[in-house]
Amino acid sequence: MNPKISFRRVSRTYPLKDSVFTALDEVDLDIGDEEFVTVVGPSGCGKSTLLSLAAGLTAPTGGEVLVDGEPVTGPGPDRGVIFQQYALFPWLTVRGNVEFGLKLASVPRAERRRRAEHAIDLVGLSDFADALPKTLSGGMKQRCAIARAYAVNPRVLLMDEPFGALDALTRVRLQDRLLDTWSRERRTVLFVTHDVDEAVYLARRVVVMAARPGRIHSVVDVDLPYPRTEAIRLSPEFARIRNTVWQAVYHQSPAASAL
Amino acid sequence: MSSTETTFEKAAPAAPGEPGRALRPKRRFPPAPVLNLAALAAGLGIWALLARAGVQALPGPVAVGKRAAELIADGTLVVDALASLRRVLVGFALGTLLAVPVGFLMGWYPVARGLLEPYIQFFRTVPPLAMIPLAIVLMGIGEVPKIFVIFLAAFLSSVVAAFQGVVGVDRTLIDAARVLGARDGTVFLKVVVPASAPFILVGMRIGLGSAWGTLVAAELIAAQEGLGFRMQSAQLYYDLPTIFVGLITIGLLGLLMDRLLLLAERRLTRWQETR
Repeated sequence: MNPKISFRRVSRTYPLKDSVFTALDEVDLDIGDEEFVTVVGPSGCGKSTLLSLAAGLTAPTGGEVLVDGEPVTGPGPDRGVIFQQYALFPWLTVRGNVEFGLKLASVPRAERRRRAEHAIDLVGLSDFADALPKTLSGGMKQRCAIARAYAVNPRVLLMDEPFGALDALTRVRLQDRLLDTWSRERRTVLFVTHDVDEAVYLARRVVVMAARPGRIHSVVDVDLPYPRTEAIRLSPEFARIRNTVWQAVYHQSPAASAL
Repeated sequence: MSSTETTFEKAAPAAPGEPGRALRPKRRFPPAPVLNLAALAAGLGIWALLARAGVQALPGPVAVGKRAAELIADGTLVVDALASLRRVLVGFALGTLLAVPVGFLMGWYPVARGLLEPYIQFFRTVPPLAMIPLAIVLMGIGEVPKIFVIFLAAFLSSVVAAFQGVVGVDRTLIDAARVLGARDGTVFLKVVVPASAPFILVGMRIGLGSAWGTLVAAELIAAQEGLGFRMQSAQLYYDLPTIFVGLITIGLLGLLMDRLLLLAERRLTRWQETR
């Protein structure tokens, strides 16, 4: 099967005053259709750059990023992005935010309403459809952002530390909710996080990255069945995989020995 | 503040049914409107006393009130106020109408910013009143130079606000719109404009303030009517009550317009997070 997203020797450098910062150095990665992949690594390992490249918000300085075999030339509604800081339009209600992308796609009014209702219902915000973002809690804001991304029905969901700013309990709840919606409406998910537990709990594969230069350290398969439950979270198997990932993230050899 | 109180209430073994009532601070001061009115009354009283004591042949509130009634009765005040209002509103409207696109242009296109900013910054440091002699020489003594000077005052104060508003738009909001399929034009209309609206409205209020402030001086340019002109001619006849009526009218109209804009601002930016 052809991969949904392919990174082919992708590099991204940023010019500094008198040197060059290499955010990503020749990264190769294939993500299958409807696969849930998490990316974890220390800060500065280029995990957010990876996501931004797939979103088309950043252009690679070397190599190419392919979605469905086509090079990414810019952002598009086929790839939904969830930002850590929610990025809700504060002047629009929950419904207004969710309908934003549908309006851009010129979806007729009735159809738009229906699809927005569905997305809002999916994240459990039906009672807050007419509320302004400022009245919502952090978790609710992020759920609204997820509904906004779902509404345009993207095949790919790119999530940049979406639960990073939330408290531990809300985070766990949203992880479960995300997996629940994902199992009902499968999409390809690329999920960036700095939380090892989160990375293992959500994904079928965890991509561990290393910093300076940003590169893939290793890829860890998570052979745990879906749906993931609390029992799985507390299982010895989970602990073992979590350990492997933890070691890979926090005890990285200083040089680029992974290659 | 209230959260601290709640913590105290919970911590203190308060009697059930009356949770920590004693800890809640009693309101010692009358509400603001009462204080405002009291201050107003006191001011009038002091003014009346000073007038009665004969300080500088100061007219008292009663004399000024009588003069106001006369000026209203013979229509002068209304004509003057309307003439002044028209100049301020036309100058202000033209100023902000131009300031918004120019500010947006500067915020959105670095080239436009590079080209326009030196002029904006330079003219911002020149008080609009200092332009009056030039305006008279170039535009004669009709309505044009007066409106021009007011326009300039309004434009310069709001253009910077509009520019700051555009520059300050959260980058992730723009990205969020782009990943949902928005192109440049849509990003501009659906994200940049609403996101910078609060800045623009503040700029408009400042602009209105400067426009109104420039008025009287602008009306020194050989006007036939207007509040500034009326005060100017009253000065020749040592007609203090008329000067007072003019000042009070300018103050009240300015206050009224500012409140109206404030109301519009509150309505249009209700979505803002309050910090």
